[in-house]
Amino acid sequence: MPSHDVMPNMELYQPVQVEDALAIADRLAERAWLVGGGQDTYGWLKDRAKTTDAMIDLSGIESLRGIRESGGGIEIGPLTTLSEVASNADIQQRFSLLADAAATVASPQIRNIGTLGGNVSQDVRCWYYRRGLSCYRAGGNLCYADTPQGMNRDHSLFDTSRCVAASPSDTAPALVALEATMLISNSSGEREVAAEDYFVGPANDIESTTVLRPGDILTGVRIPATWANATFYFEKVADRNVWDFALVNIAAAFKLSGGNIEDARIVAGAVQATPRRLTGVEDAIRGHAKNSATAESVMELATDGARALAHNGFKIPLLQNLVKRAIA
Amino acid sequence: MNSKLTRRRFIKGVIFSGAVATTGTGFYLANAQQGAGSAERLITLNINGRARPVDVLPSETLAYTLRYKLDMTGTKIGCNRGECGACTVLIDGVPNYSCSVLTHNVKDKAVISIEGVKAADGTLHAVQQAFVAENSPQCGFCTPGQVMSAVALLNNNPRPSRQEVRQALSGNLCRCGAYEHYINGVLRASGQLA
Repeated sequence: MPSHDVMPNMELYQPVQVEDALAIADRLAERAWLVGGGQDTYGWLKDRAKTTDAMIDLSGIESLRGIRESGGGIEIGPLTTLSEVASNADIQQRFSLLADAAATVASPQIRNIGTLGGNVSQDVRCWYYRRGLSCYRAGGNLCYADTPQGMNRDHSLFDTSRCVAASPSDTAPALVALEATMLISNSSGEREVAAEDYFVGPANDIESTTVLRPGDILTGVRIPATWANATFYFEKVADRNVWDFALVNIAAAFKLSGGNIEDARIVAGAVQATPRRLTGVEDAIRGHAKNSATAESVMELATDGARALAHNGFKIPLLQNLVKRAIA
Repeated sequence: MNSKLTRRRFIKGVIFSGAVATTGTGFYLANAQQGAGSAERLITLNINGRARPVDVLPSETLAYTLRYKLDMTGTKIGCNRGECGACTVLIDGVPNYSCSVLTHNVKDKAVISIEGVKAADGTLHAVQQAFVAENSPQCGFCTPGQVMSAVALLNNNPRPSRQEVRQALSGNLCRCGAYEHYINGVLRASGQLA
């Protein structure tokens, strides 16, 4: 496949108000592609792996930017850059899990323009799919990654269904751990969806990683006070510390009472097409001391039900050890 | 025949025939002509402190505009995918990959490219002088991007630690592996290496 310097020609809409963006998104529906920072979008279009008639560039909508207090928690505009999320004093102080996650995404330049909304809504990573091959996710009828010759070290351990690609977002597991909710708008109104339900696996919808439908725009990310100032742990393991997507990442939040774990939410990324909540581990550690003995006794629960592909077996001990480090 | 004149006349036609109806309602339609060849639009960019009128396609990246429309070839296109950093420019003072920014997105912003970091009299920027003194570049292809990231860092943090320099330059790949020399250069530019 040739590499192209420029993207194909298309219509470009640059609304500055949400109402205009919703009207355009409603009118163009499937013909349009929503763009925030564009850091996932432009590669698709330059490679001609996907095309679109029109781009709706949301980056000029000031009301979708910024971080504000909301009912004891915070509301983050989805167009807020990852650099802004990582360096915001309020997030660093009360929800450092999210700041730590945002700080590990890609490279400084990408964090300077890449948005929180885009990071959580990005498409899965699979070199066959992103090469433009007609795989299941692209509307075809086979998976190139899960074949005897398929290269799949970045792919999923869990909940595969025809497609085995994984979502590598670093901020998505943090938002699920913090019980965030996503505000979705379209021309007929607004709905709020728990972060856990925002992400969709291939068994339910093989062509989309989120519940967003044509005409929908993610207009807010709300983090409730529930986990403010909890004990947090975030770690991302990737081949390089810059640019590379996570091989596995982990976002954990603990409420402690006298050294014991009162409650916890532990979420792993890059092990399936959506953030994976490790409820088995959460249930097993409730009421126990947060120490290495507890960690070692539960770490194997993290991979219950995992099915390794030919080249991603290393993710099983990797996930177990990340869980151990989070709890220890 | 003057081809530029002809192109401008064509562009004028597109703008007048297409987008007028929607421009007053709060959004901006860069290209009303679906599938219409090169439907460029004349916009004015602020580059290195100068107003630069230029015809821009809806899907054109800033790196493309700088190099192929404005002949500012100091900005390099390495990977064209936001994975190398050679095309780094400052947009409102913030380092960005110009290959991964639409030109239409910087209409109201101040862009500084490598051509804009030297003084008015041609004196090289302290970072450039220090890179020369430290022999920082090897092949030199990534150097414009390294300079831009270093300039942005020193604007915000005049005396960075070595670790802060590593962090600030971490989005700029150097295939020669001259990283330590670039880091030494930034520390020298900040007056921390004699």
